[in-house]
Amino acid sequence: MKTLRAVLLVGVFALGSDHLAAQVTYERILGAATEPENWLTYNGGYSSQRYSALDEITPGNVDDLELEWMLPNQVFGAWQSNPIVIDGIMYITQRPNDVMAVDAATGRVFWLYRHTNAENARVCCGANNRGVAIHGDRVFMGTLDAHLIALDAITGRALWKVEVGDVNRAYSITMAPLVIKDRVIVGVGGGEYGIRGFVAAYDVETGAEVWRFYTIPGPGEPGHDSWEGDDWEHGGAPVWVTGSYDPELNLTYWGVGNPGPDWNAAQRPGDNLYSDAVVALNADTGELVWHFQFTPNDGYDYDSVQVPVLADIDWNGARRRVMMWANRNGYFYVLDRATGEFLSGSPFVRVNWSSGLDANGRPIPTPQPAGMPTYPGNQGGTNWYPPSFSPRTGLFYFSAWEDYATTYRPEESEYIPGRAFLGGGFDVLTPVPGAPTVGIGRTSQINNWTDAVGHGSLIAMDPRTSQPRWKFEQFDVSDSGMLTTASDLLFTGGREGYLHALDARTGEELWKASLGGQIVMAPVTYEVNGRQYIAVISGNSLVTFGLPE
Amino acid sequence: MHPLLRTFLLRLCAVTLPLALPAGAAGQNMADHQYSTADIEAGARVYVADCALCHGANGDGVDGVNLRIGRFRTVRSDDDLRRVVTTGIGGSRMPSFDLGTGELDGIVAYIRAGFDPSGVAVKVGDPARGQAIFESEGRCVGCHRVNGVGGRRLAPDLGEIGVTRTAAALQRTILDPSTALLPINRPIRAVTRNGETVRGRRLNEDTYTVQLIDAEGGLRSLVKAELAEYEVSLTPTMRPTTLSADQVADVIGYLLSLRGLP
Repeated sequence: MKTLRAVLLVGVFALGSDHLAAQVTYERILGAATEPENWLTYNGGYSSQRYSALDEITPGNVDDLELEWMLPNQVFGAWQSNPIVIDGIMYITQRPNDVMAVDAATGRVFWLYRHTNAENARVCCGANNRGVAIHGDRVFMGTLDAHLIALDAITGRALWKVEVGDVNRAYSITMAPLVIKDRVIVGVGGGEYGIRGFVAAYDVETGAEVWRFYTIPGPGEPGHDSWEGDDWEHGGAPVWVTGSYDPELNLTYWGVGNPGPDWNAAQRPGDNLYSDAVVALNADTGELVWHFQFTPNDGYDYDSVQVPVLADIDWNGARRRVMMWANRNGYFYVLDRATGEFLSGSPFVRVNWSSGLDANGRPIPTPQPAGMPTYPGNQGGTNWYPPSFSPRTGLFYFSAWEDYATTYRPEESEYIPGRAFLGGGFDVLTPVPGAPTVGIGRTSQINNWTDAVGHGSLIAMDPRTSQPRWKFEQFDVSDSGMLTTASDLLFTGGREGYLHALDARTGEELWKASLGGQIVMAPVTYEVNGRQYIAVISGNSLVTFGLPE
Repeated sequence: MHPLLRTFLLRLCAVTLPLALPAGAAGQNMADHQYSTADIEAGARVYVADCALCHGANGDGVDGVNLRIGRFRTVRSDDDLRRVVTTGIGGSRMPSFDLGTGELDGIVAYIRAGFDPSGVAVKVGDPARGQAIFESEGRCVGCHRVNGVGGRRLAPDLGEIGVTRTAAALQRTILDPSTALLPINRPIRAVTRNGETVRGRRLNEDTYTVQLIDAEGGLRSLVKAELAEYEVSLTPTMRPTTLSADQVADVIGYLLSLRGLP
């Protein structure tokens, strides 16, 4: 009892002092790589490499990993969220728009903030939220009804809330925001509902909008002539995955999603800029500096919402500032991130919608006859699943879907605000008519579609050659992201519910845990009190591993 | 076989399937099993003239009945359909129609094709006769069960097959099982390290393990890394039927009537 009283007294003193917790400055985020005990942004840092300098867990001891704690979600549905961790506190979202502050060492919860969405909030593919951003002592979350909310990181109280897009026109936010300097940047979803997409920056203190970049140019702007008539007003081009930032160039990079209607390209003639492109924006003004379009006039839903992964690598004998990109359209690209120059591109899965890329990286289209399958299928050769780049191995790791194809049924669609704007439909190719097919996420513990409709392949890509160094194949497809560490470990998951630890150099599997539920996010790592943890979400549980004390 | 090559060959099969079906159903003339496009088109004309006023353009104008998707109050077989059309249903609003044979076949064909002029109108026979065939010369119960009654468990229990399969899918399975075998049901052959050969029907699979019902009727779960051999066959254990077209129609009628426990 004496001890307890002593602790209480200390607590009183602490409350009276100027104790500053969780002050995450812009400079700290810039130097995220130098404090690997934390996971400061959705992609682990501005270059989005998802590489950690932590090396306590090694190929030699990974077999000793043991369960530390679990935190079950009380809400059903795919849990795509990605935690961030600051000084022992983890911030994680759960469906639809809850934020939790969690003790990263024990899994016990400090507070839970719950946002109630407007009843008419619409998202195509599940009530997903992929996480929060942090700046100072504030946590930021986008909502399904297209608002941006700032929370007090210590109390969980809302500080401001602003409307980012019009929920009545089916704007939504599913991505984790990104803080650059004193702005919080966020993009909007709604590519299946005929939105006009954009990325916008808000003042972290007040929520006031600082700039907005429309991903479809308006009348008089360059690129507007890549649309006809009023198609640009409801042409989609959403932004639903967190971008990257190069502080030296002061450029922030964002992947842009599909044009609308999704599957009827003939209904919107032209290249449909900047759908299916990466845009490089001045981080202070939002002005477009360069763009590179992967799939002009896309009729296959090949969103380019992959994470732009930045690294400086040897390129033909010289150091080059590049961006690596495994695209949903089945090609792997390397671009110069200062200029947008196309450096290389080649298919990483079977591709038949295009016969190759020209000298500028523009695809040579080879549309398949009606009723014939298109490779890769509608979910793509890869998708939003975050990749990793290890500066130690020089390899780029990502989840691919192999032998997966779709037959498209384009139809004319009428745009009605707030309603689905799809332009027809599609069927996944199956070995026999009517067989079960792979969809967005798992809905059953039984895999009754089997590898006959597509299977997962973790590809370790050498960006200098565009050739896989090795592959790690899975029976089911995988939506899992990647994590690499300074001990040359690679952690990933998959729909089958295994957490895998591989040798990042060879692809040899060193350890696995059967967690049972689908893993549809990227594992992260952090350190508390000198112990390294691996956190992953499997099904409806956040699960954390560490080495025995 | 390399898994990628195996999958590629499957793709090839899938793409060429419409051509492969008649050839695969060797010795079977599809005209015996299906109504013709001319029948369906004739039926469309009859439907518009005589039926659509009450049943509606989409076939769902009468409560409890949806002609297009095959939901009826009493009808099961094609002959049931013909009888209802020609005699009407006493005490209901369904009158009798005096149609010629071609018109009668046409209306049945149009309904069985799901109102789709380019659809497939599979002949559906009498469920009671079909059950008798299923349990005797059809030799179905050697492998299949129906709600737990019947032979071994090597093939799927068909107790709810009328809910999960269309008439066209059932017909394809009976005439040419290799073009209708769902991938999950593919036969497994594995040899363990101690030399035991395990055969069975796949229930579930992942990267490391496979779950199956083995030939002895037991549930087995195998770890692939512990196997000396592991094969998934594309060839079903079921052979193409030797039943006549009318018998096949009856069996389809029976299978469509299997809709789970009451």
